Amino acid sequence: MGTEVPAAAGVRATAITAKAGEAIRIHGAADFPDECCGALIAVDGIIVEAHPLKNTTSGGAARRFRIGPDGYRAAEARAREAGGTLAGFYHSHPNEPARPSPYDLEHAWPNLTYVIISVNGGVPGAITVWHLRDDRSGFDEGELTWHTGY
Amino acid sequence: MAHRVLIPTPLRPYTGQQDAVELEGGTVGEILSALTTRYADLRRHLYADDGKLRHFVNVYVNDDDIRYLEREATALKSGDVVSIVPSVAGGAPVSESAVAPELTNAEVQRYSRHLILPEVGPDGQRRLKAGRVLCVGAGGLGSPAALYLAAAGVGTIGIIDFDAVDASNLQRQILHSTPDVGRSKLQSARERLSALNPEVRIETYEAALTSANALGLFREYDVILDGTDNFATRYLVNDACVLLGKPNAYGSIFRFEGQASVFATKGGPCYRCLYPEPPPPGLVPSCAEGGVLGVLPGVIGTIQATESIKLLLGAGTTLAGRLLLYDAWKMKFRELKLRRDPECPVCGDHPTVRELIDYDQFCGVPKPTAAAAPAGALPPELETTVEDLKALRASGRPFFLLDVREPQEFQICRIPDSTLIPLGQLPARLSEVPADAPEIIVHCKSGVRSAKAVRLLREHGITARNLKGGILAWIDRVDPTLPKY
Repeated sequence: MGTEVPAAAGVRATAITAKAGEAIRIHGAADFPDECCGALIAVDGIIVEAHPLKNTTSGGAARRFRIGPDGYRAAEARAREAGGTLAGFYHSHPNEPARPSPYDLEHAWPNLTYVIISVNGGVPGAITVWHLRDDRSGFDEGELTWHTGY
Repeated sequence: MAHRVLIPTPLRPYTGQQDAVELEGGTVGEILSALTTRYADLRRHLYADDGKLRHFVNVYVNDDDIRYLEREATALKSGDVVSIVPSVAGGAPVSESAVAPELTNAEVQRYSRHLILPEVGPDGQRRLKAGRVLCVGAGGLGSPAALYLAAAGVGTIGIIDFDAVDASNLQRQILHSTPDVGRSKLQSARERLSALNPEVRIETYEAALTSANALGLFREYDVILDGTDNFATRYLVNDACVLLGKPNAYGSIFRFEGQASVFATKGGPCYRCLYPEPPPPGLVPSCAEGGVLGVLPGVIGTIQATESIKLLLGAGTTLAGRLLLYDAWKMKFRELKLRRDPECPVCGDHPTVRELIDYDQFCGVPKPTAAAAPAGALPPELETTVEDLKALRASGRPFFLLDVREPQEFQICRIPDSTLIPLGQLPARLSEVPADAPEIIVHCKSGVRSAKAVRLLREHGITARNLKGGILAWIDRVDPTLPKY
């Protein structure tokens, strides 16, 4: 059975397993100093898998990530295979805080969960979660609730 | 004609959670127009303010991206399926200076030969303008590298050095000119680079690079250009680059031969993968001892500048994973493949070096302040000073003065009445040393080679004393009329 930490009132909660969180940390550290990226697969409303995807940016992987249409399709396929849904994507901010950049905002999709991990000097740090406002004016920070039972 | 349009997960809340809708239209543009008319909330996510499809929105007709068809004018046949496929992009916040800035009209003119290269173009030139390269050293390698980086429009060039310009630098260190002799290298570098390109910001650091300041300094830069002339600093630059994940545009020179590579890129090897251990101190002579062809650092330094520019552009093929060897005397380039060593103590799978260490100690460099005699130093009874040699000459007592430098050095200047036997020939020419001389004194340029000679003689039962400071000390303190080299 999982233990669940409730989110503060008024903040959108995103449930994620400790295992998926650990996978994000490991991926962030492994790809440092480049940005890592991947898909978040949810089953029954809980993110149970962080599925690594290739960073195909041509703009310098230390500060940019891109998941192209092939990567997106692979993410959808992985979600179907796992019997879940594509909840969103994660990426790392090497040597920068885990807050969305203007570039993140410009490129964001609605209704997806964006998880950002800060990796400082190769050491994984804070993990945060964000949702694009429907009018694209900014991101709202959500709260991760950790499930340890998976 | 009705066509099926596949809707990706993030957009389904706007289509009532439908993953596909049927819409009428003869072209992709008409279909998308019908889609955003029926589901108005989709419009701001698919189209930018200028009315164009957002570039992270990919539209496919069956398996083909419409960018490679007729874009929104692509005609649809019966049964064609239109898919909207997201690209997901983002990235770390970029500091103000790193936001790729626009080019001014003057810059467009200045960099026009870059701008018309499709591989560089305006976007690449803006990246160079936002780019920051740190040159470690403003000497033989740093000079040509910094000049070309400034000319190329690299926005910020940092230089760390603590030396003054010496006349013997001018043969290769082209940042500095004859009137600069005696001035700080940083001053003449700043003036020269600013004159070449006033658009470029020059940051200077008058200091020796140390384990205490390297990480803080390197963090401010995108590429580190290693133009150092000693092993301790080279290992320091390497380790700091690996720890921070900053690419190291490496170069080194000796006599007629040079090397260049790019270290510490992601997954690539580092300097320690190539040379896990430094050579014993004194084994590899410095350029001051061994000489260097003046134009050699011009070739290697410009290769380092080339690699730095490609690293900033994020394009082209760099020397990461390859060691380029250049022989100016034979005019030959060779290339060795380098692999990251999984056992490397810094960049390997299980690194043991996780912070900067004492690199002088690592390389066996004696500390000038250490009270104890440095390892390998001769005992005091096997040393003598230039003042004592002067007194000995004046006394008229017989002695044998052995010069173990090379013949070309002997041609430049010599201490009177010395006998030349180059160190390398000494073992074979021991019989030429009069073992019965009441006093044997050995000298070279600065005292390093002659100390070896004293040890060698001793192994063969000949007692000799080393002239501390070599002929340089002799010129400084006894005979300033001789030329110094």
